[in-house]
Amino acid sequence: MSIKEIVEGIKNKKIKAKEVVEECLKEIRERDKGVNSFITVFEEDAIKEGELIDRNLEDLKDKKLLGVPISIKDNILVKGKRTTAGSKILENYIATYDATVVKRLKEEGAIIIGKTNMDEFAFGSSTETSYFGPTRNPVDIERVPGGSSGGSAASVSAGFVPCSLGSDTGGSIRQPASFCGVFGLKPTYGRVSRYGLIAFASSLDQIGPFAKNTFDLALIMEVIAGYDEYDSTSLNEEVPEYSKDIENFDIKGVKIGLPDEYFELGVDSEIKDRILGICKKLEEEGSIIERIKLPHTKYAVSVYYIVAPSEASSNLARYDGVKYGYSNRNGKDLIEDYFLTRRDGFGEEAKRRIIIGTFALSSGYYDAYYLKAQKVRTLIKRDFEEAFKKVDFIITPTSPQVPFKIGEILDPISMYMQDVFTIPASLAGIPGLNFPAGRNKDGLPIGLQILGKKLSEREIFCFSFFLEKILEKEVMDHG
Amino acid sequence: MMDWEVVIGLEVHVQLKTKSKMFCSCSTDFDSLPNENICPICTGQPGVLPKINRRAIELALIASKILNCKINRISRFARKNYFYPDLPKNYQISQYEEPIGYDGYLELPSGKRIGIMRVHQEEDTGKLLHYIGSRKLDYSLIDFNRSGIPLLEIVSKPDIRSPEEAVEYLTFLRLNLIYAGISDCDMEKGSLRCDANLSVRRKGEKELGVKVEVKNMNSFKSVKDALSYEARRQIKLLEKGEKIIQETRLWDERGGVTKSMRRKEYAHDYRYFPDPDLVELEFDEEFLNEVFSKIPELPLERRRRYIDELSLSEYEADVFISNKEASDFFEEVIKGENDKSFFKEASSWILNDLLGILNERKLSFNELKLKPEHLKELVKLKISGKITSKIGKEIFPVMLEKGEFPSKLLKELDMEQIQDEDEIRRICSCVLKENQKVVEDYKKGKKQAIGRLVGEVMKKTRGRANPRAVNEILRNLLESSP
Ligand SMILES: [Zn+2]
Repeated sequence: MSIKEIVEGIKNKKIKAKEVVEECLKEIRERDKGVNSFITVFEEDAIKEGELIDRNLEDLKDKKLLGVPISIKDNILVKGKRTTAGSKILENYIATYDATVVKRLKEEGAIIIGKTNMDEFAFGSSTETSYFGPTRNPVDIERVPGGSSGGSAASVSAGFVPCSLGSDTGGSIRQPASFCGVFGLKPTYGRVSRYGLIAFASSLDQIGPFAKNTFDLALIMEVIAGYDEYDSTSLNEEVPEYSKDIENFDIKGVKIGLPDEYFELGVDSEIKDRILGICKKLEEEGSIIERIKLPHTKYAVSVYYIVAPSEASSNLARYDGVKYGYSNRNGKDLIEDYFLTRRDGFGEEAKRRIIIGTFALSSGYYDAYYLKAQKVRTLIKRDFEEAFKKVDFIITPTSPQVPFKIGEILDPISMYMQDVFTIPASLAGIPGLNFPAGRNKDGLPIGLQILGKKLSEREIFCFSFFLEKILEKEVMDHG
Repeated sequence: MMDWEVVIGLEVHVQLKTKSKMFCSCSTDFDSLPNENICPICTGQPGVLPKINRRAIELALIASKILNCKINRISRFARKNYFYPDLPKNYQISQYEEPIGYDGYLELPSGKRIGIMRVHQEEDTGKLLHYIGSRKLDYSLIDFNRSGIPLLEIVSKPDIRSPEEAVEYLTFLRLNLIYAGISDCDMEKGSLRCDANLSVRRKGEKELGVKVEVKNMNSFKSVKDALSYEARRQIKLLEKGEKIIQETRLWDERGGVTKSMRRKEYAHDYRYFPDPDLVELEFDEEFLNEVFSKIPELPLERRRRYIDELSLSEYEADVFISNKEASDFFEEVIKGENDKSFFKEASSWILNDLLGILNERKLSFNELKLKPEHLKELVKLKISGKITSKIGKEIFPVMLEKGEFPSKLLKELDMEQIQDEDEIRRICSCVLKENQKVVEDYKKGKKQAIGRLVGEVMKKTRGRANPRAVNEILRNLLESSP
């Protein structure tokens, strides 16, 4: 069921909120063993909330997400619930407050079903680095769901929940959405409050939604987006009703840019053909397709792997075993306790990034790495600004490949390259949507990425909605 | 000693006078129980973000302004990374490359200017407790009440040339910060802390010597003692031909010596970088003017006004400016008045009578029952001649105790002035009769003898007569009798 169907059904008393929740829980119970998309499921509380909605239906009728079950990535805090960030060091950490997005979801009647699996502290592109074991791709359980929000993407793809929240720092929503064949949006930096999101790289992190269609995605965004006084970096700009009039879109004359850099070597040819085929269709509908250049794209991954670990090394310093979380106190003094706690509490990839970041910020290296990376980041940002003077949207593959097998990529650099097409938009702070663009010959999902200029979420949704309609028509026409 | 010059720079931390902390809404109350004023933000829970306290920024701007600093129109917070259990995030939000203010000076009353290198904002850390009472614990406790309290760091240039001058600078800096409402600057409560950098060099030499950082000075006296000791220590070493090691030394109050803490070579690499959780602060002209328009009168301005406009003596003005509570009380008393004799009289009551009693009883002005309007009435009664000094001195302690207007107390205690002139004349005649000898002296031409007669009348009336009226009546009586 879509969000729209759930909300309408509950409002019109065709279905009970409790039944919707129970159905979700049943699916999770029966099928999540093989997928491992959840770290924690709130069975009792979710049912109670469903009952509460059923009892107070008359007062709740204007709630946008009335009775909608949603899963939340386990780096977003839900008060009174365990929040692990996929790490041993927070294995038993109970959140003391609600993240702003969680508060907003609850206010609109959403029911939080549970917390989803993720790469430890969102460090990864496959959800294999989680302390709680890897998540498997529901499309093909031999394969990874992508990452780091692999649990969220899988929980939607498997049909456990109609929607989920994840976080995207360099592609962590878009790439797993692509791998699992669902919709996912990384909003403009600052569009959604980060308060209550366990920080990875503060200047890049954004919370965003997963759903099975554009309308649902837009509806979730409408609820979670907007200024928050608790996040100084959140943008004080009005939030449009993204789901309203979403069908009002005229493709005629819309300019779409295809950046050369995203279609060069290394892209799976089936993916490339599929994306270009869709663009051809858009052209037939009246849009104008243009080849464009984003010349600094080739530096994006390097810049990202300086900036993100630098910020992470500082953000993760608080996990020291003193105040909360895992603590190893067998050291001979305080310093040794720190070492033991962090040695045992963090996984390999977390430690790798902490070390890279600490090094990049060290005096004597700061100018050559961090400062230089920030300068190049400005150039990448400028690439997009220039491009959006000429075109309305940019279309690229979300990932250069279809989902790979669990354990297939072991080398960190190859893993880092998975995000080559999602990182530039993160560095530029612009919004990006993964549009599930069908399957390859092996039945594996292909993702198409739509990028827009800052705060163009509304336009992106309208465009995606339009694309959804013409592709549905295509399926119906050709079977 | 004579051939050496001491070079000192001071790093002063003051706690900004705000109701809430720097990045959360927890109270800054000093008297709370341990860990009473804490929240997810100031204890570094996962997922929290700092939220800037606007008032703290305003105070930092005002401090920069009164220290004649240039203001960075775009100012930024940076993270200072280091691990310590009293620092919940294991980084401190501070400022590095773009402090609020830089390159200013403080002009001392002597006229000497001490350069100010920078004025920057940061958050305080928590407090570790290793003892309960006198019992040493085999673990440590952390109190996060102080964690996130807004601090201002004021770094002077190495312009100070003696421990005495260091104290002069501190005293005057403190006074300015108190007057501008920036901080209470109470060293006992930790709202003013001071570290020093000290080096010595031969007089006339241009190069600075190797500097030593001196910490743990808990009063102005210990600043003076510690710096005097450290200067002597360095000079002694250099005279023996030894070298000064760049290091941090702690002042040991009891032993009266500085002790080595850690060598500078092991200094931390704090890995400063701009805090990505906070946007740049941008100050435009309009905002700055608005903030600066609220700067209260500063000590030197007030001193000048007391001397030039109120005709107080330099001594009186100095006592007032060094005691803001007394001065503020004085301001209330003289509000709406423009008579110089009123100012003088009011000043005299506060400086000569009130301060002594407060010191004796260890009371502060806000613990006083006596209100400025009570003293205002007393001063009025006094200069209009409605009461004598003697009555004034008698009624004043009662006013202090009861917190009442003198007019009310005088009536209650039957100490009001005798208004009936016949009554006074009767007493005067009586006195003349009883003091024939003095009367004769007067008549022989010793006109000043009248003073003794006035005194006798005052004694008989327990001071309730107006001395001027008594004087006149006596003179009339003496002149009219044969
Ligand atoms: Zn707090």
